[in-house]
Amino acid sequence: MDLTPIINGLYGIPVVGLVFQLAGYLVSVIPQNGPNIMQQATPLALGAICGVLCERSGVVNIAIEGTMLAAAFTAWVVGVAIQPMFGTPNPSDIFGITLPLLIALAAAVLVAMAISALHAWLSISLRADQIISGTIINIAAAGLTGYLNQLISQNSPAGAGEFARFVPPAALTNLPVIGWVLALLLNQGPISISVIVLVVGTQVWLFRSRWGLRTRAVGEHPRAAETVGIDVIRTRYRNVILGGVFAGLAGAFLSIEATNSFQQNMTAGRGFIALAAMIMGRWTPIGSFGAALLFATFLQIGTLINIAPPSGQLGSIMAGVPPQLFDALPYILTIVILAGVVGRSTPPAADGQPYEREAAT
Amino acid sequence: MTDETGPSLAPALEMRGITKRYPGVVANDGINLQVRPGEIHALLGENGAGKTTLMNVLYGLATPDEGEILLDGKVVTISGPSDAIARGINMVHQHFMLVPVLTVAENILLGDETMANRIFLDRREAHRRIIELGRRFGFEIDPEAKVGSLSVGWQQRVEILKALYRNARILVLDEPTAVLTPQETDEIFGVLRRLAAEGHSIVFISHKLYEVLEIADRITVIRRGRVVGERLPSATDEDDLAALMVGREVQLTVDRGESHPAGVVLEVAGLEVRDDRGQPAVRGVDLEVRAGEIFGIAGVAGNGQDELVEAIVGLRKPAAGSVRLAGKDVTGHSPRMMNEDAVAYVPADRHRFGLILSFPLADNLVLTSYYRSPYARGIVRDPRAIQRDAVTSIERYDIRTPSATVRASTLSGGNQQKAVVAREFDRDLKLLVLDQPTRGLDVGSIEFIHHQVIAKRDAGTAVLLVSAELDEVLEMSDRIGVMFEGRIVAVVDGRTADKNAVGLLMATGGEERPPVPAATA
Repeated sequence: MDLTPIINGLYGIPVVGLVFQLAGYLVSVIPQNGPNIMQQATPLALGAICGVLCERSGVVNIAIEGTMLAAAFTAWVVGVAIQPMFGTPNPSDIFGITLPLLIALAAAVLVAMAISALHAWLSISLRADQIISGTIINIAAAGLTGYLNQLISQNSPAGAGEFARFVPPAALTNLPVIGWVLALLLNQGPISISVIVLVVGTQVWLFRSRWGLRTRAVGEHPRAAETVGIDVIRTRYRNVILGGVFAGLAGAFLSIEATNSFQQNMTAGRGFIALAAMIMGRWTPIGSFGAALLFATFLQIGTLINIAPPSGQLGSIMAGVPPQLFDALPYILTIVILAGVVGRSTPPAADGQPYEREAAT
Repeated sequence: MTDETGPSLAPALEMRGITKRYPGVVANDGINLQVRPGEIHALLGENGAGKTTLMNVLYGLATPDEGEILLDGKVVTISGPSDAIARGINMVHQHFMLVPVLTVAENILLGDETMANRIFLDRREAHRRIIELGRRFGFEIDPEAKVGSLSVGWQQRVEILKALYRNARILVLDEPTAVLTPQETDEIFGVLRRLAAEGHSIVFISHKLYEVLEIADRITVIRRGRVVGERLPSATDEDDLAALMVGREVQLTVDRGESHPAGVVLEVAGLEVRDDRGQPAVRGVDLEVRAGEIFGIAGVAGNGQDELVEAIVGLRKPAAGSVRLAGKDVTGHSPRMMNEDAVAYVPADRHRFGLILSFPLADNLVLTSYYRSPYARGIVRDPRAIQRDAVTSIERYDIRTPSATVRASTLSGGNQQKAVVAREFDRDLKLLVLDQPTRGLDVGSIEFIHHQVIAKRDAGTAVLLVSAELDEVLEMSDRIGVMFEGRIVAVVDGRTADKNAVGLLMATGGEERPPVPAATA
């Protein structure tokens, strides 16, 4: 049956036509951008896991943004500092791993853990307001990295370079349907490729292990946990600091895997979108990963519309819209989706509440 | 554990000369307590008598200043809950220490997990042990059920299983029946007797005298941090125990006298109210309260009582139905309008809704009238009038406080509630709405508040009394409505109401309707 007359007829109605054109554009563009979407999703998913670990134990962490930024800066700046000592090392065949890159990665993770430990100390031991503690870290990270970056990048030094992306064999990526998913997951650098393992790992860990059970209990009803002999304070410290590892990986991904240098404020709100993904994913790693992929798709479309705008009517309309609007689109969609989810998604009951040991009365 | 059943010379637990001082108070003053293997030992005392402190010492949550703890005749030091659990001491707290979103099995495992390896839990083995343990004490439990979806009676059982799973030898239960229906209480008592028969020692903390007499093998009474007597249930009675506990003769049952109901004051018809999550909580309630009568509402907590009361006093908009006060439609009127229509309200949670804890007592006493004469002239407060009337109220309602200017938070629970009562009762009322007016209070304060309520009734006020304590409803009410899942499922005469029949209605809503006396007005 020839549908052309019907479709042409539908195109005649302006709005319906535009919707069709948009759908066509998305369908043509999204599959070939699978690996790029995963690149966008990586820092969001890692940040969201950091959030899940913290909030499941009862500590709200909005400092993910700042932690990621500091880690990104550290990875780059450590690379700059140690690069001269190693000359030009031979990168490994897969992932292009060099010793300086590994040292840079380790440094980024350590700094992120240290910042998380600071947040833990402020919000768990000092019982400071957790939002304020997080905000302080975010502001300090943005200010310090921006200032130091200006000092260091004046004579544009070379960093440790970047990890290379694994190229899966065509036999795999050419498989129908699964091939697309495999390309999305496997055509990645080492940090990004490990996300799926980390997501499944933390999911199992949270719901099947002893630590996971204790973490959830401490985030829901810390007093109940304490009466069965669980150290609430220690559990929270461990979770927040462990969460820092994931924020550190996310930061390192930005400056030594996705790119090879640090730019001022290069996290660009990803730490906050990660929190949105965590909420939409109902505080589970797998759910957060799904939400991260969704938000990453928006981010990628926002980028694509500016690079390769759709043709036809839709394209000409879009050409008239300031490009900044498309840059803002992923963030707007994040807000819209979150507004629909919040309220139906229940946070851990003791989330954000400092714990004070029983003052025996 | 069954090897404990034989006669043993050393008590399973002995606390010797326990003294615990807090700034300004001696919470425990040289307390001695001996619990034998296989014994149910009741610890009886008013709130604030030092029962909880003593148990916190036992559980490692508080360090005693003097005294020692002996288990099977050996002196031990208990440095924290995990230490106590390791020595076989377990506690079922008054407010259940269960995580509602976790399953039964997860709650039981928590802190003492059955592991498949170093990292992961062995769920199958845990489930098997939980089911087996439940059967041993006569109930079938689903380890996969979410604790939040269980009734309080079953949650209580999960708490007990949690202790048994850890091989508890000494089980401390803090006010275990406070929220149970009489049937649930009987069932829990059955479980406790079985435990004792198997050689477990049980410390049963309570202030309900008849329960203590029913379940305990021995009774230790404490008052103001000291042991004031030890009794065998066979050699004592309620009056004796009450006198020991309070330190003076107490009138245990309120002499509520004859009521003389007159015209209908409160008329609720077809009322439907939603809870905070938008779910129907009250599903079509009709009731009438007459001038000069106390209408009690019995029900397990969470069956819509709070929402019903809030809709009547104007704190919550009803979804359907009407509220009439002395013939006038007051549906959806604001709390202040209701207040000015001579309706008084004592909320269930005095800390959140009854008082502003950080305000001085005097200001709390005028929370419903601060804006009008004589406490305000135009937009200016008159502190002298407020102070003067506060002093009068403090005297009339026997509020024990150093002055009218101290913060409400510094008063004891009983005195805080007296302050709420003073504010709400101290004028002519058409309708008095009481939600859990004596929750957590000591016997003396309860007695005082009950007398005030009876006095109001006799002055011709219509009284609506909601309480999760069935005893209170039975003692006070001229008529009793039983609330179940948002409906009044029966109205019975307060003079002839049978405790078990009402308890059954509370638990089941009366599917198999037991014979209850029809309502008479």
